[in-house]
Amino acid sequence: MSYSKPEFKSSYGNFINGKFVAPLGGEYFENRSPVDNSIIAKYPRSQKEDVELALDAANAAKESWGNTSAAERAALLNKVADIIEANLEEFAMVETCDNGKPIRETLNADVPLSVDHWRYFAACIRAEEGTATELDANTLSMNIKEPLGVVGQIIPWNFPLLMLSWKLPPALATGNCVVLKPAEQTPASATLLMEKIANVFPPGVVNVVHGFGPEAGKPLASSSRVDKVAFTGETTTGQLIMQYASKNLNPVTMELGGKSPNIFFNSVMDADDEFLDKAIEGAVLFAFNQGEVCTCPSRLLVQEDIYDAFMERVVARTKAIVQDNPYDVNTQVGAQASNDQFEKIQSYFKIGKEEGAKVLCGGEANKLNGEFANGFYIKPTILEGHNKMRVFQEEIFGPVVCVTKFKDEAEAIEIANDTLYGLGAGVWTRDAHQLYQIPRAIKAGRVWVNCYHTYPAHAPFGGYKKSGFGRENHVMMMDYYRQNKNMLISYDKNKLGFF
Amino acid sequence: MQRIAITKQAAEVLRQLKEKYGELIFHQSGGCCDGSAPMLLEKDGMYLDESDMLLGVVENIPFYMNQDQFEYWKHTHLTIDVTEGRGASFSLEIPLGLRFFIKSRLLTSEEEIFFNKSKQ
Repeated sequence: MSYSKPEFKSSYGNFINGKFVAPLGGEYFENRSPVDNSIIAKYPRSQKEDVELALDAANAAKESWGNTSAAERAALLNKVADIIEANLEEFAMVETCDNGKPIRETLNADVPLSVDHWRYFAACIRAEEGTATELDANTLSMNIKEPLGVVGQIIPWNFPLLMLSWKLPPALATGNCVVLKPAEQTPASATLLMEKIANVFPPGVVNVVHGFGPEAGKPLASSSRVDKVAFTGETTTGQLIMQYASKNLNPVTMELGGKSPNIFFNSVMDADDEFLDKAIEGAVLFAFNQGEVCTCPSRLLVQEDIYDAFMERVVARTKAIVQDNPYDVNTQVGAQASNDQFEKIQSYFKIGKEEGAKVLCGGEANKLNGEFANGFYIKPTILEGHNKMRVFQEEIFGPVVCVTKFKDEAEAIEIANDTLYGLGAGVWTRDAHQLYQIPRAIKAGRVWVNCYHTYPAHAPFGGYKKSGFGRENHVMMMDYYRQNKNMLISYDKNKLGFF
Repeated sequence: MQRIAITKQAAEVLRQLKEKYGELIFHQSGGCCDGSAPMLLEKDGMYLDESDMLLGVVENIPFYMNQDQFEYWKHTHLTIDVTEGRGASFSLEIPLGLRFFIKSRLLTSEEEIFFNKSKQ
């Protein structure tokens, strides 16, 4: 099958209370495809009033939805999974168009992983129960998990459908109603999803409001009518959301990015076998999703004895990356999501070079031919330097990796942990001792060992340090959307004796 | 001598937004997505304390950065620029279809002495 830009209507609405509605103020914004900078469609430029409408609907539905049985809720989540799966190619093309990532990824990663997340949480909720304990002969302590009520969710643009599928299922499975704001760069797949699942949930249970951060995101995050906010994005916005939550005394969960180290020890090159091949791919995974991943393995740490030989292979593998038409199934790296990302990455090339980083490959924009000439393409880039350079410390969010060498285990750990963030890390070794002890010493919430960039459901995901808190993709996420009701019941007929 | 500067285009956008919103600040964000870029926010919108370093003032707007982050930035000079884009944070220029970003260079040796060797 050959893939191309899908057809879109000229404009779309917000999904509130079970139907699509126009923004109250009548304003729309234009959404463009970074593949070729062409127009996709117009989406609602919602304001506070639209958010309030969604909150009205969610608050009105929360009592009933919260009392729906686990079996019913699970069935609906499974229905959503089935619908996404049945329309896999359509979702994949829309996602490629809106985000710029290659169809090879949307078909094989984004959409299938999304399907699985809905199924995972449908399964979790069926297998759960609370607890009951006899504290003494007359006293029973019972713990019931209750939903919070209405949850506000603000998601990023790097994996639009997948990020939505990480956020919605645990909130809905636990009996909450949701108002979700997709990123304004990528409103298309959330909209397609709501079109396809419009009749699945009772009205008000899932609401999708489009708009800009300051105009729609802020009112949602700061509303006293949400009981919790979940956010994935950057640190300053995360701080602001925590501030607003403090006024409302609301819980929050945050995932704020990282500068993940990918560490390769000498033993990796002990043999020229499939594992070495896998390790080289592991190093080149910085280019996956155009580097627009919070856990991009953007720092490459290579033990000095193997540095030259390993880097020769890594550079060759990077230069062989196919960067072309994102709708072509052979394309491995596509376009960055927007012009400002494109500019930001190039400004990092400039400061990196000035700080003395050596460009081993790439280091510039990539001008494609024909219809893609106006797209935002950056060549996969390897910069060689040291860990105090700004390019080693800041999220560039492009297909860029910074490589440095280390002497021994102690230095590897020191460099790995010398960062404000702690989201992901990779450790590659054939040594049985290092396999456990190195990951154990790295201050990150996800350490991939002899692999990278896998996000299976049931492996909890989240950050240390400035990368945020809360763990997604796992049953433990459900507790972040709930409150514990403890019933302390006495069967003792006698009074306490106080009064 | 200042640690920060601003391009003419960015200053023009700033003036427009000052008129609309009143007193503003810049806060440099780290992290993913819209991170590694400055956020333009209403002055009283963000809680600031001694962990936020004031790098300088441009167009009467103070520019802050968290002190941990500043440790890695202090050898560089920052220029605020603006480009067409679609950010997703709460930065105030986003509805205009624009996005501020930072262009950096190393401090000159003169600037290095002035800023980093003298007492803060």
